[in-house]
Amino acid sequence: MEYIDESAMPKESAAHILCCECGVPISPNPANMCVACLRTRVDITDGIPKQATLHFCKGCERYLQPPAEWIHAALESRELLSLCLKKLKGLNRVKLIDAGFIWTEPHSKRLKVKLTVHAEVMGGTVLQQVFVVEYVVNHQMCDDCHRSEAQDYWRASVQVRQKAINKKTFFYLEQLILKHKAHDQTLGIKPIHDGLDFYYANESAARKMIDFLGAVLPCRSHHSKKLISHDIHSNVYNYKFTFSVEIVPISKDSLVCLPKKLTHHLGNISPICLVYRTTNVIHLMDVSSGQIAEINATTYWRYPFNSICNPKQLTEYVVIDIEPIKEKDKKIFPGQGAVSNKHVVSDVWLVKASELGISENTIHTRTHLGYILKPGDSALGYAVGDSNINDTNFEKLDGDLIPDVILVKKFYGHDKLARRRARVWKLKHLAEEVVSMSTENNEYNEFLDELEEDPEMRQNINIFRDTSKQMPVDTDEIDPSIPQITLEEMLDDLVIDDTDMAEVYQ
Amino acid sequence: MAVRVQFENNNEVGVFSKLTNSYCLVAIGGSENFYSVFEAELAETIPVVHTSIAGCRIIGRLCVGNKNGMLVPSSTTDTELQHIRNSLPDNVKLQRVEERLSALGNVIACNDYVALVHPDLDRETEEILADTLNVEVFRQTVASNVLVGSYCVLSNQGGLVHPQTSIQDQDELSSLLQVPLVAGTINRGSEVIAAGMVVNDWASFCGTDTTSTELSVIESVFKLNESTPAAIASTMRASLIESMS
Repeated sequence: MEYIDESAMPKESAAHILCCECGVPISPNPANMCVACLRTRVDITDGIPKQATLHFCKGCERYLQPPAEWIHAALESRELLSLCLKKLKGLNRVKLIDAGFIWTEPHSKRLKVKLTVHAEVMGGTVLQQVFVVEYVVNHQMCDDCHRSEAQDYWRASVQVRQKAINKKTFFYLEQLILKHKAHDQTLGIKPIHDGLDFYYANESAARKMIDFLGAVLPCRSHHSKKLISHDIHSNVYNYKFTFSVEIVPISKDSLVCLPKKLTHHLGNISPICLVYRTTNVIHLMDVSSGQIAEINATTYWRYPFNSICNPKQLTEYVVIDIEPIKEKDKKIFPGQGAVSNKHVVSDVWLVKASELGISENTIHTRTHLGYILKPGDSALGYAVGDSNINDTNFEKLDGDLIPDVILVKKFYGHDKLARRRARVWKLKHLAEEVVSMSTENNEYNEFLDELEEDPEMRQNINIFRDTSKQMPVDTDEIDPSIPQITLEEMLDDLVIDDTDMAEVYQ
Repeated sequence: MAVRVQFENNNEVGVFSKLTNSYCLVAIGGSENFYSVFEAELAETIPVVHTSIAGCRIIGRLCVGNKNGMLVPSSTTDTELQHIRNSLPDNVKLQRVEERLSALGNVIACNDYVALVHPDLDRETEEILADTLNVEVFRQTVASNVLVGSYCVLSNQGGLVHPQTSIQDQDELSSLLQVPLVAGTINRGSEVIAAGMVVNDWASFCGTDTTSTELSVIESVFKLNESTPAAIASTMRASLIESMS
């Protein structure tokens, strides 16, 4: 089969005809009209508006992209051009060849877009046309700005509550939030009696906070919503969501009395336990045997219990003698739960610090602080035997099994002021109002003391170097045995100190 | 003289009328206006006949004819045939043809001497055509369109063809027809020329949309101007062609 070379074919020369309107010789086209006549007869930009309106929010400098989206777009940017083109109805009937901005004064609230379009007219003739569309930029406040302007801009709130006597949990929570930047999406944080309120613009941000709280603290949450408005025509409901988060009302260093059923679940732990740590679970320890147990929020709410002694009731004792319990003397029974190997259970003989020298009677008890206590040290503990405890679980216990004293921690002296002065680190705070939550300044300082004493607790939070205080070089003001936070653990705060700018402001 | 006319608000006058040098057919219409325009122009010289063909008004597309004769499709009723026969001059031969392509006006274009026909036209029809209309028959296309009757209009003076006809095709057709041809349009750019106009050697009727440019093209190619060239040029040329054929 042979192919005929196209170039070899005689070229068909089309005859010229006269344009049916003006008589100019043209080569035939489907309309049989010259371009000029065709232009006068048909306008392919007929259905395209030559003027349109854009909505711009002054507050956040965003443009409205219908139906409800607000986008950032710089002048003469691609985003703005696509927004402008979307505004033009009827562009789908023509083929868009080119579009570009014509320069307009930035403050003129006018945008001009030059469009080049192709369209088929009169049965096949393709016509190209260039035209300019003028956009008027109107101001319209976006929903977000409107809400914040109306001071009614939260849509979901998270109410965190703890029915506890001290606020250490909240100090700790504040630091956790700061470390994990969980407050990114909050619109506001408000301290309320017994807790904090967090406000959010939408439900999902609030749920994120709930998840965060559940991951760091033992808590449970309820949610409810309130119908604000309802559009029956479009089936749109406007709700305000409220999440109530209840943190387990047990704080660190409290003494708890467990229900009997729960002790069975926890490897027959002794019912009177010390809370030695709280994370997202409560860590309990029987100080007399060193047996430990963990209770998560679900278990807690199933078998609720209360603290029988809280840190306000701590009494100071002086250690007269201490003797670790030998391995063979330790009571081990089948079904016993885990026993801590970080603590050394010891027999300890104590005298109340207030009765030192007055009373010769030493009190014998067992403690888990065998590692750090030596004869002559002071320790803080609960005088369980002397306390008036109202607790249903406690009342059911056999009186012989209750120890007289339960030691909680070592005591590092009364000179708290000196200790505060020696502190060369600081913590960050969420906001001024939240700090005012620490009106009981003592509680806050106790929290700081605890941080110094507990390295495990420090792991979860950010500690910053306090540059306003000098590193103590050589001082005998405070006891060197007091635990300190080393410089390695501290972070340097970001300080923006621009000297050039300072000059400008002068 | 070219005249603009409309058939019941329709510009396709070539569909509703047939004009030759010896007779004129117009469709039966609701309005007498169309008829009276033809009458005013032609009544002094040739008969203007009201008729339908096969009950249809689109007579211009269904029949074909010249001064010598006329062909009508087989669907033409006896009554119509009788009426046309009675109305036409006696020397015009009337013939009914059995042809598959029954819209004879669309498949055949002719003047008094030559006819261009659709390439697929029946051989028998071609013979009848040559005998009845007394023409030389050529199977041709116009600008690659087989419907030669639709896309070109011929008279003994000239011819108007589809606007996209190339120069080569025009030259070829022109040498077959022995008349000058020009590519053009009718009814403001319409390329279906035969539908938009009818013409004979001294008169032409075009749709009302036809622009003055188109009219001037028509008048010049069909030599319809009042200032006709010397009679010898046209009459002698006609006889020359006759002797050649």
